[in-house]
Amino acid sequence: MSAPVGPTAGTPGETARAIAAAVRRGDRRARDVVEEALARIAEGDPEVHAFLLVTADAARTAADAVDAAVRDGRDPGPLAGVPIAVKDNLCTRGVPTTCASRILDGWRPPYSATVIERVHAAGGVVVGKTNLDEFAMGSSTENSAFGPTRNPLDRSRVPGGSSGGSAAAVAAGFVPLALGSDTGGSIRQPASLCGVVGVKPTYGRVSRYGLVAFASSLDQVGPLAATVDDAALLLEAVGGPDPADSTSIPEPFPSLDPDDPGSSPEDLSGLRVGIVTELTHAPGVQPEVVAAVLRAAEVLEERGASVREASVPSAGLGLSAYYLIAPAEASSNLARYDGVRYGHRAAAGEITEMYGRTRAEGFGAEVKRRIMLGTYALSAGYYDAYYGTAQKVRTLVGRDFAAAYGEVDALLAPTSPTVAFALGERTEDLLAMYLSDVCTIPSNLAGHPAISVPAGTGEGGLPVGVQVLAPAMGEPVMFRVARAVEAGIAAAAAAEVVTP
Amino acid sequence: MAADREPLSRADVRHVAHLARLELTDGEVELFTEQLRTVLGHADDLSGVDLTGVPPTAHPLPLRNVLRADVPRPGLDRDEVLAEAPDAVDGRFRVPRILGEEG
Repeated sequence: MSAPVGPTAGTPGETARAIAAAVRRGDRRARDVVEEALARIAEGDPEVHAFLLVTADAARTAADAVDAAVRDGRDPGPLAGVPIAVKDNLCTRGVPTTCASRILDGWRPPYSATVIERVHAAGGVVVGKTNLDEFAMGSSTENSAFGPTRNPLDRSRVPGGSSGGSAAAVAAGFVPLALGSDTGGSIRQPASLCGVVGVKPTYGRVSRYGLVAFASSLDQVGPLAATVDDAALLLEAVGGPDPADSTSIPEPFPSLDPDDPGSSPEDLSGLRVGIVTELTHAPGVQPEVVAAVLRAAEVLEERGASVREASVPSAGLGLSAYYLIAPAEASSNLARYDGVRYGHRAAAGEITEMYGRTRAEGFGAEVKRRIMLGTYALSAGYYDAYYGTAQKVRTLVGRDFAAAYGEVDALLAPTSPTVAFALGERTEDLLAMYLSDVCTIPSNLAGHPAISVPAGTGEGGLPVGVQVLAPAMGEPVMFRVARAVEAGIAAAAAAEVVTP
Repeated sequence: MAADREPLSRADVRHVAHLARLELTDGEVELFTEQLRTVLGHADDLSGVDLTGVPPTAHPLPLRNVLRADVPRPGLDRDEVLAEAPDAVDGRFRVPRILGEEG
């Protein structure tokens, strides 16, 4: 195992909440906080490659504006002075947004994503754009056209994906917060592999306006952070209805404050939690991962929750359904990259030739594969057998979750079946790569929220995450359980250290 | 059901690539034929599931029509948008010839 990068890697740095509180009080300057983050990135990122672009000048300007607000007696907001990394499939006005694809290399969007505007409005400071699998298609960040990101905890291994740059940026201690996107597990799986917290909110909780579309019925933006509490801070800041996204949920974003009545993570009496049998005892799940789920369950029982096995019979079918539905939607969404309005254009004398060659030159192998798969699944004669069948299986997944939530308030499951794998290990074996998302996909199909929380280590001392799943709109109970898992695991680890 | 169908052929792959406006090399046709067969083979797991009377789900939420007040508001700046285009002329996107030589 190679040495961690930088002095802060592997140790919990200052939390975003602590930074924002100090900046709001005037005890710390946002400019100093941001300079420190930029210095950590400059020192450590050449080894990790979490960032595709560091926006140092814009970050300094934004930090100075936060400090000016504090001086003038105005509250800069709940993210005051907090350095934040954002996945490079979120549009940033005037700042290159590549989706880690040659086809968008150099493109400067004429508008910013709603989540970016909300980060700014809350006093957060965007320090750069993070690496991803091209158009968020992948589970290792190896599909980036600009080279892979390495896991800061072991640089011979992948950080997971597709939000691997965002997860690595938090795990390396470069920034306390990052934004990612999750279509089949792309926030939660890299969070698990890097030992950080990652949240996929309920579909519609967070605006997708300005998130470059992959599979529109599955995509959600969400936070990555070192702690559950910090993930809640960022989610509360970016969540809530947006008139620019017609699929956003009109209800205001709920409070995730642990001091709200009925939200205590210390006392879980009356709370019913189920362990998803089909995902926890699935083939290919490493024994240490199963052990982590059971450890999380024990922690919840110690705090008064009742825990039982829960069945979601169709959960295991989700993977096959997903690899028809997501490519089908992607093949349609990615039709827009045709060399006409933005991005790369190949030289050609005639337009059909221009389209075909532009897309051949601009897209990488995985993106081409998924466009092909999706176009086939939607094509005449195959639609019912593939896309239509997958949509019906999607209905079953939703029904089975609904039945499970008749009996329990929240569910536990593995996040990734394995710890971080070696760079190159799965690039030649598509199904092995796709299996990385078997436990995370069902939540996307159902549109439900899910969070990955670090819950110990597995093979090679590498981190293992556990998922807490909740029904649609169930973020408050999900965060309550996630806080309990985090605190209980930390207490158990501390007890182990003092016990000889 | 899917399990009974002919395996995907190279000709299918070439046809789909044309539909997707994606030029493929011969090597990519070979590779994708093999890889798409593998993934579609996995998808055939679903053919054994009893889906009688199960409606399809296209979207996780009940979709509803969303309207806004019918008042003008500024759109994106035309020049800013065109500045990002590979080619533009007279306030419009410029593209290669659309009709063939004979057209």
